[in-house]
Amino acid sequence: MASDFPHALAGPSSKERKYDRQLRLWAASGQQALEESRVLLVNSDGPWGNKSTGVSGVVGVETLKNLVLPGIGGFTIVDPAVVTEPDLGVNFFLENESLGKSRAEETCRLLTELNPDVEGNFQAKPIAEVIQEDPGFLARHKLVLVSGPIKQSSLRTLCEGAKTLGIPVLYTRSVGFYSTFSLQLPAVFPIVETHPDPESTQDLRLLSPWPELAAAAGGISNLDSFDDHQHGHVPYVLLLLHYLEKWRESHDGNAPSNYKEKTAFRDFVRSSARANIPQGGEENYDEAVAAVLKALNPFSLRSSTREIFQMEECKQLTADSADFWVIASAVREFYETHQVLPLPGSLPDMKAQSADYVSLQNIYKSKARKDIAEVTETIRRIESQLGRTFGAPDKDIELFCKNASHIQVIRGRDIPQVDGDAHTKKRLRVELDNDESLIPVHLAFQVLDIVVTGIQEGKYPEDSLDDEAIWSVEIDRILAGIASDAPIDDEVRTRLLEAAQELRRTEGGELHNISSLTGGLVAQEALKVLTRQYVPLDNTCIFNGIRSSSAMYKL
Amino acid sequence: MGAGDQWKYLYRVLSKSGPYSDPDWVPGEETIKSLEESKILVIGAGGLGCEILKNLALSGFKDIHVIDMDTIDISNLNRQFLFRQSDIGKPKAEVAAAFVERRVKGVKITPFVGKIQDKDEDYYMQFKIVVCGLDSIEARRWINSTLVGMVDMENPESLKPLIDGGTEGFKGQARVILPSLTSCIECQLDMHAPRPAVPLCTIATIPRQPQHCIEWAHQIAWQDKRKDDSFDSDDIEHIGWIYNAALERAKDFNIPGVTFQMTQGVVKNIIPAIASTNAVIAAATTSEALKIATSCNPFLENYMMYAGEEGVYTYTFEAEKKPDCPVCGNLARKITVNPDATLEEFIETLGERPEAQLKKPSLRTEEKTLYQRFPPQLEEQTRPHLKLKLRDLVTSGQEVAVSDPAYTIDFRFQLIFG
Repeated sequence: MASDFPHALAGPSSKERKYDRQLRLWAASGQQALEESRVLLVNSDGPWGNKSTGVSGVVGVETLKNLVLPGIGGFTIVDPAVVTEPDLGVNFFLENESLGKSRAEETCRLLTELNPDVEGNFQAKPIAEVIQEDPGFLARHKLVLVSGPIKQSSLRTLCEGAKTLGIPVLYTRSVGFYSTFSLQLPAVFPIVETHPDPESTQDLRLLSPWPELAAAAGGISNLDSFDDHQHGHVPYVLLLLHYLEKWRESHDGNAPSNYKEKTAFRDFVRSSARANIPQGGEENYDEAVAAVLKALNPFSLRSSTREIFQMEECKQLTADSADFWVIASAVREFYETHQVLPLPGSLPDMKAQSADYVSLQNIYKSKARKDIAEVTETIRRIESQLGRTFGAPDKDIELFCKNASHIQVIRGRDIPQVDGDAHTKKRLRVELDNDESLIPVHLAFQVLDIVVTGIQEGKYPEDSLDDEAIWSVEIDRILAGIASDAPIDDEVRTRLLEAAQELRRTEGGELHNISSLTGGLVAQEALKVLTRQYVPLDNTCIFNGIRSSSAMYKL
Repeated sequence: MGAGDQWKYLYRVLSKSGPYSDPDWVPGEETIKSLEESKILVIGAGGLGCEILKNLALSGFKDIHVIDMDTIDISNLNRQFLFRQSDIGKPKAEVAAAFVERRVKGVKITPFVGKIQDKDEDYYMQFKIVVCGLDSIEARRWINSTLVGMVDMENPESLKPLIDGGTEGFKGQARVILPSLTSCIECQLDMHAPRPAVPLCTIATIPRQPQHCIEWAHQIAWQDKRKDDSFDSDDIEHIGWIYNAALERAKDFNIPGVTFQMTQGVVKNIIPAIASTNAVIAAATTSEALKIATSCNPFLENYMMYAGEEGVYTYTFEAEKKPDCPVCGNLARKITVNPDATLEEFIETLGERPEAQLKKPSLRTEEKTLYQRFPPQLEEQTRPHLKLKLRDLVTSGQEVAVSDPAYTIDFRFQLIFG
């Protein structure tokens, strides 16, 4: 226990002080992951005709600001654009002196000022050229941010390249009061530290206490003989175990199982509190009563964990399987043997004497350690069967066991396209019939992509960004593609036309507020992906700045 | 390229109607002019404030004022992007204002280093809109009640829309308040319930958690051993002393887990904060400011919550104005009390009740003063009431006016015996 009680005054380092407010969210492990990450921002892909420099790239720069501040290792901005006057009205990381210079270089310079710990780089040419000259370029990054609208062929090339390398991609667009972004994760993206609400992870095992816990409850069988002070300080966990035992005696050995029985049991516990005492009531009994409905549920596996156990990766281990799957497989074996997951081992605070609480806490902790030991033994056996030379680190096993009930695996999907797979089309089709849905906004952005691609490829004149006729044709083409089975009703078409009208209003231009807000949302997702903590978006978010609302869709 | 080219994208939404803008709205020159003439106040130059100033400057506002009493600390640098290592110790309002003025040509930002309470109604009357990026409930309640109090129904200019943002970790909220017309900060006070305090007897005699040991060192040991030093949570030696005292106590009780970081967190009541959440919430408030100032699109009615731990979650709804709101309502708020509790015990609960949160209340009924903290003679005169039971001082259903030095108004409560 020596490490639990450090003696020397260990004040924080200046780095810990600088990052204090975020370390409380993702701890040193999350910070280290950030510091080891280099992020690529593809912030434009050439002009849209002669009069427009193309995407102003504010979402991209604002996102990077929110990643440079908490201290990612480094970033690269790829942007062939030259700074023009309109850039100065939307982009905070440019100044008057930047006019006429490379936007990649200037935004890189002013972003790097924010944090001396972060290394900034830039390339003032189109991404295709950069990759052609340096085939290893993409692979040096942990995350790719793409600012749209961008030529569809460029987006496709980037997304496919990143997918091959297992690098996540965030594709963003922000125009006028609307924005949307999608996250393309690798095919398998496991998250151990999902940080669920602590209330939802409480696991006290009151219905199936292990011998040490049952023995502790047995220690208060003479509860009635306790003096008032002792009686009012029995931890509620022991009270519930004690009264459960009594209940079982009069109920054929069964614990209360339905709502009616549980409320009857709750009344039984409540009526056992001492009333005629000076304090007026007993807090520990109040806590016990309040816990009955939640704490008396038999253990049940969440569907997300069940799904993980059934995934091929979990069932078919190979010598090359990731540690995650070896551990998952051993935990599944534990579950199959015991019908419960390894005990997380934490105990909520409750009214009790210090020593009684600490000894109860130790009962939970040592059971958790025992469960981890059992899982570890299984892992080592599996590893030797598979002939793996490097064992999964103990700390990873411990982390997995503690978080086992809320672990998630996201199956990454491609950045959605209107001509995408059957799943995307079906989702879009279903959503179109919901008049509250933000999908029309998303589709309007898809149209914008098509119009921009048309301009860049010379198919459309460069003033097409506000050309109602061209938009109308493209909208109908998109709708026909999604709803080939049945005709789209006029209301749906009107919603899409209205969303398109709002996009046309700024002719593809960004508003700083909306782009800054979107940069905040996108950075949040980037942080979750890079730290592998919390649960990232799966897979598309749409923000409506007119109504100040957002929605998520799995497209 | 003309000078107007800088605002090319912004001017497009101000010069062209959208499908959702008010049909009576007239886009164009007038709208742009009225935006540029809108004087706007930003309260707070911290995590939200830095973002808010940047966003307003890039939304075409030309005359921005900012109030903040704080100086820059190293722990601000992970999100307050207008500040650098070399700015540590300087006033936030001044450094932030100068930075944004330098970066965005044509904007004027006037800083005030001080408290919002230093300014009077004449000062607040000059602004068209007030945007708040604060971490303190108390300051929010103060500006809210001040702006509600300023509303004169005869004078539409006296109604100052208050746009408020707040964040904690991955979560936050933004809301628009039209003082006296829509739900105000005080109407929703119970949404900001304080964390329940650990009972003193737990801290004093039966600690179980590392936090209890820290509270003991902070609330009891310091008073005991160093009562002549006034405790300063920014003094690293003071925090270090608390940490060591907490560690010793934890050792005595076999409680693991006291760390320096935790000690700081408990003593300073630190709320986790990151740049990205601030960016989301600040931009939500300034987007509303632009919409209110220009009518280019409808504004938020009236509350948006954001949570980013699991995907992107927002919830937009209309919070209701409460007729018994002590600030904007005209009915006394009912609260249930134990008639056998003493006045002193009742006063203590006022600090913790989510709907009251009054730390230093003075109380009176229409007929008599129950307890008055100031002046000292009156305090002495009313002190004996503290030991009396409520039933001996008031009748059930009686109205009590509560004042608190932190606020300019009286809070009216109707005490119902439970």
